[in-house]
Amino acid sequence: MHEWALAEAVITTASQIAEKEELREITEVKVKVGELQQIELDIFEFALSQLKTAIFKNAQFKIESEKAELKCRVCSNQWIFSKEKFDENTAEAIHFVPEIAHTYMKCPKCGSPDFEILRGRGVWLESIKGAK
Amino acid sequence: MTDPRTSIINKRLTDVSHVIAVSSGKGGVGKSLVASTLALALAKKGFKVGFFDLDFTSPSTHIILGIQSVQPKEEKGLIPPKVHGLRYMSIIYYSGEHAAPLRGADVSNALIELLSVTKWGKLDFLVIDMPPGIGDATLDLIRFVKQIKFLIVTTPSQLAFETVRKLVNLLEELEIPIIGVVENMKIDESKTIQQQVQRLNAPFLGEIPFDAKIEEAIGKADRLSATLFTKKVKAVIADKLEF
Repeated sequence: MHEWALAEAVITTASQIAEKEELREITEVKVKVGELQQIELDIFEFALSQLKTAIFKNAQFKIESEKAELKCRVCSNQWIFSKEKFDENTAEAIHFVPEIAHTYMKCPKCGSPDFEILRGRGVWLESIKGAK
Repeated sequence: MTDPRTSIINKRLTDVSHVIAVSSGKGGVGKSLVASTLALALAKKGFKVGFFDLDFTSPSTHIILGIQSVQPKEEKGLIPPKVHGLRYMSIIYYSGEHAAPLRGADVSNALIELLSVTKWGKLDFLVIDMPPGIGDATLDLIRFVKQIKFLIVTTPSQLAFETVRKLVNLLEELEIPIIGVVENMKIDESKTIQQQVQRLNAPFLGEIPFDAKIEEAIGKADRLSATLFTKKVKAVIADKLEF
């Protein structure tokens, strides 16, 4: 499961930040998950719970979904990504590498593949809280 | 906001002894062919080899090696399939035969994504087929892959060499190791490129003659391994890789 690899990245990054800030324990980890990547949140949360180390013992993982908003560079049209518009294989390809959206998606207004992913691409570590 | 992917890349490459970026300042010099045959030659020598096509907008190594109908296995990440003795990774698993019209930032993002989720396992060599030029892929590899070394391909053309000169100068300035420069598509006895490479203080590995028959072997890994081209790549590069 690809979700495990991304959860591992979150745990590793949060641990590195905690070490840098000399935190004794991490109490809260806020993660933003963009809808373009279509992360299975149950699997992602389970992976986080399995991968967490001692420093996360009392940590709360707050995961927030973010709509994927796209903007056409040619006609400036903005729209929201919806995975229902794609077949299973295409949606899965975008799940693994969200930039592949440029291969399969076009601006609904002018048909250009030259669009910007304004927000909601993938996994971001928004903040961590902890005690020194 | 922090991108969590970047901190995991080195962990993914922990068990990879050597990462070789096959690069050039210009397109059309035979990078992909050199990279593909180098990977095959190293695997034939008994090394554990991974091969990563990083030319996202114009991938071609799957065509050179005749790779089709395989996909990475999902196992808490992506495990590249083993084809012709190589762990092979490419964006074509996801873009198929369609174009991938990516701008620089998208190339960078896709590269970081694949580096952070691909589990190569234990490898002696990871050979990377780079896109031409000194763009996002080159800068990202320098930024994220601490064991990166560059193998630079030129042709006898001064046009190709001028771009190679810039790449060599940049890498030397940044103190990034250069394995050496190879002169591909050699058709005469001229030593001009060799002398110019030596003046740059970069190792000149040797020449690979123009092989008119190579086209017939495209897509057939066994035939490719038997070509004069691959034999030269083995002698000029693979046999000299001593770290």
